[in-house]
Parts: sequence; C-alpha cells; structure tokens
Amino acid sequence: MKPYSELLSRAVLGIEPSGIRKFFDLLDEVKDVVSLTVGQPDFITPWHIREAGIHSLEEGRTYYTSNSGLAELRSEISKYFARRFNLSYSPNDEIIVTVGGSEAIDLTIRTIVNPGDEVIIPTPCFVCYDPIVRLSGGVPVTIETKRKDDFRLTAADLRAAITDKTKLLILPFPNNPTGAIMAKEDLEAIADVLRDTDILVLSDEIYAELTYERQHVSIASIPGMRERTIIASGFSKAYAMTGWRLGYLAAPAEIVKHIFKVHQYAIMCAPTTAQYAAIEALRNGDDDIAEMTSEYNRRRRYIVNGLRSIGIDCFMPEGAFYVWPYIGDFGMKSERFCERLLYEGGVAIIPGTAFGACGEGYARISYAYSVRHITLALEKIEKFIKTL
Amino acid sequence: MNEILKLLEQDARLTPEQIAVMLNRDVDEVRAEIEQLEKAGVILGYRAVIDWDKTDREYVSAIIEIKITPQRDRGFDYIAEKIYNYPEVESLTLMSGGYDLSCVIKGRTMKEVAYFVANKLSTIDGVLSTSTHFVLRKYKYDGVVYGVVEKDERGHDFI
Repeated sequence: MKPYSELLSRAVLGIEPSGIRKFFDLLDEVKDVVSLTVGQPDFITPWHIREAGIHSLEEGRTYYTSNSGLAELRSEISKYFARRFNLSYSPNDEIIVTVGGSEAIDLTIRTIVNPGDEVIIPTPCFVCYDPIVRLSGGVPVTIETKRKDDFRLTAADLRAAITDKTKLLILPFPNNPTGAIMAKEDLEAIADVLRDTDILVLSDEIYAELTYERQHVSIASIPGMRERTIIASGFSKAYAMTGWRLGYLAAPAEIVKHIFKVHQYAIMCAPTTAQYAAIEALRNGDDDIAEMTSEYNRRRRYIVNGLRSIGIDCFMPEGAFYVWPYIGDFGMKSERFCERLLYEGGVAIIPGTAFGACGEGYARISYAYSVRHITLALEKIEKFIKTL
Repeated sequence: MNEILKLLEQDARLTPEQIAVMLNRDVDEVRAEIEQLEKAGVILGYRAVIDWDKTDREYVSAIIEIKITPQRDRGFDYIAEKIYNYPEVESLTLMSGGYDLSCVIKGRTMKEVAYFVANKLSTIDGVLSTSTHFVLRKYKYDGVVYGVVEKDERGHDFI
C-alpha cells in the first residue's frame, strides 16, 4: 500500500494540527503547574439547566429531534435574539441549532466558500477559521488587529484587504484571545465599507454575553448588514455549557436553506438532551448570566491590575475571559517565554503565536479561574520575572 | 446587595486592596466601608469554613425543636437568651410553624447532648417540649458543599 500521505485528502494533509499542541504536550509533562490556559468557564452549568437535561432523559426523550432543532428551542432562541440584541430571526426558517458554535462556523464557511475565494480573518483569533477555510479550498487573508486600535478591526485595514476575490469576512468579537470588542460605531464603520460590496459576514458571537463595559452589539443590527450576516453563537460561554456541545446560527432564510443541507447530511441534529437543557437556559437563565458575568468582570480587573503591578503591560479587555498581555519586553520570543515560565515559574499560559503570527510578543491568559488561583499564579509569575 | 459583603461572604480573606481592584473603587473608601460595616454589627466576624468530619475531633450535633410559652412583655426573647447563653448551643433561631425555636447543639457524645437537653434545656421555665434530631451527615451548610474536593477537570487542549 502507498504511504498514507498519498492516500489521504490533500486538503487535510495540507493543514497543520492546532499550533500549540506541542506546548500542551509540555504542559502534561510538568507537575504542579498553576494553569491559566483553559478556554472554558470554571462554573458548572447552573443546576436548573442540568436538571432540565436530566428530566428530559427521565421522560425518555432520547430520539433525534428535527434536523434544525426542537421548534420550542428555536422559538426561545428567536426571543433571546430579540430580547438581548434587538435582532429579529424567524424560528421557522432562519435558525439552526448546531453542535456547538464550532459546527455553526464550519457549516457557514463550507456553505459559502468556493475554491479560490478569499476569506478575511482578523487576527489574532480563535484557531479554527483558517483551517476550515482551507478545507473548502478558500484562501485565508489575515488582518492584524493592533494594540493602538484596542485590537479592533478598523475600516481602513478592512478596505485594504478587500480584493475582487473577497467572499467572506469573519468577525470574531468579543475576541478570543485579545478580549477586544467591536463597539457600535466600529461596526458602523465596517458596515460602510461592506455596504456596496457582495461580501458576506460570519459574525462569531460566542462571547456576546461576556462584555463588561457595555452591551454587545451585533453587526446584524446595523442597517444593511442583516442580509449579508450569518451569526454563529452558542450556549458554551454564556451558560457555562461547553460540554453539552450546543450552539446555533441565524441568518436570512435564503442562506439558512443551504446551510441546512450541510448540517442535515453531516450531523442530522444536535444532541437532544442538550437541547432540552438549553430551553431552560434561555427561559430562566438571564440571572445566571448576570451573576457569572459580574464574577468574570471582577477577575478581569483583578488580573489586569495584578499584571500591571508586576510590570507587565496589559491591554484592558472588554469581553470574553482572556487577557492579552505584552511580554515582548523580556528579550525572548513568546513561546520561549511561556516555556520558561512553565518550567521555571510553574505557571502555564499560552504563547500568543498560537493565535496567529501576529501574536508574537503576547500571551493569552485565561481568567476562568478563582481569584485565589489567579492570585497564586500572579505571585509565581512575579517571582519568575524577577529572575530574568 | 452590597457588593463588598457579597465578596467577603465568599472569601473573608480578601484584602481591601483586592476588593477595591475588583470593584473598581478607591481602596480607602473600601476600607472605611468595611470598618463601618463592622462597627454597625453587619459584619460580625471572619472565620474559616471547617469540615470537622475530616479531622479527628469527636463530636455529634443535634437539631432540637423547642416549643415555648412566650413571656409577657418579653415575647420569645427572654427564653431564647437563656438558651443561647449556653456555650453548647451553636445556633438558635425563632421559627414559624409547628415549633418555636430551632436549636443546634454540639457535644462530644450523644449522651452528652441528651444530658444537656434533659437537664438544661427542658428545665428552663417556659420550655414546653423538646424534640431532638441527631445530625447524621452534613451535605451542605451555609452555601458550602461538604465532603467534596473540587478538581479542575476541564480539558485544556482545545483553545
């Protein structure tokens, strides 16, 4: 038999495994590490939501649901969009319940991108967009967001990146890893660039509930943008439901109609138990969100203050649960810094380069940890820095 | 709800400096407010949450339902005071419903608790009856789940 490298899909062979795999392998080797790496809430799903999932099992609801998800859930998602973000999506033909926000991203890119199409991706960002675009034969075009712009995407940078091959703009805000957000006026400037083009927008709003200075605004609420926008979101971050694997997407019916086919053939439907739990989350979970968000907010201030007070320059993030400190002043590359901090300081953080080449000089620190844990980590980081 | 109180209730060891940062407030202001809360008797103390079952301390605790006759002019307070002054009494609360006072007692042995109820509690003037329930296991107390050590089991390999 030929070597596998000749048998498998060239597109798949052509993409790299997530860049920080190597770093995580290191992480597993070292004992007693204080980790600040995790990209998921430290809260457990609120009990009333878990209970709704359990109850659905007791009732014997173990069948597939309809492909696009339980009608009741889609109706709650539709109400949620209206209630929280002033958006109007029909539960009948404009919403699909997916296996996490991740599936929503995958479906959307696969539905939109033809080989050769360019997809604009602001970086640093979550690791999945680039490889999924490549799997579709698309060409990722990255824009580096900058500290001087508070890591927001600017209209000027966007305009400069657009060519006649540009098909899709991915808008990952609130942003993992920088914690940057796009305020209404920033989105309006982006909308002005897009308005006379045929460029579609995939707005990854998985962190929409985790903003700390102001309410999240979706680009779909800016005039002229709804018709070109697909919103990907989910329950993972807002309700601490990562393991339930439940998300959704919303878009105009004419787009959803086609995305639906990919979902139908690839996945059939999202997990039924998770869907019942999600109905409860949307109906009675607003207080949980408020509670968790205010806890994250306190930690955000605490960790930024802590890093700054030990001499690390740190951008004040407005969303998600990450900080993105500048570590370029320590005379080594990000990956080296993080490795040494791990081995010598006993603290694990993620090198910024894991989120794109422009992450050089930075690191991602998660504050989805208790204040006590964060305090311990800060003390250790300080000790380590003093040895440099 | 007062945010400082909420934070201190979760973790009494937080310093005014830490609280000030978390709430985006001036540290002197926070310090003054905590002092004020202490003076006003809102904050009554700071203590560790201890699961004594995990230590070698031998003890039993019991919840005692007490029915009493309220005293003229002094209502329930007079008898309550007579009861809570015993160091064995860990907590005492006035209840609505089928009985009046709910009293938690800690002793070294069941015999000791029984002795206390028979000889100290029941003999107080105005105490009509007592009903003693021994605690077999503490699952959750004051918002803290007992007997479970939390482990961080979150997967970290997908970012």
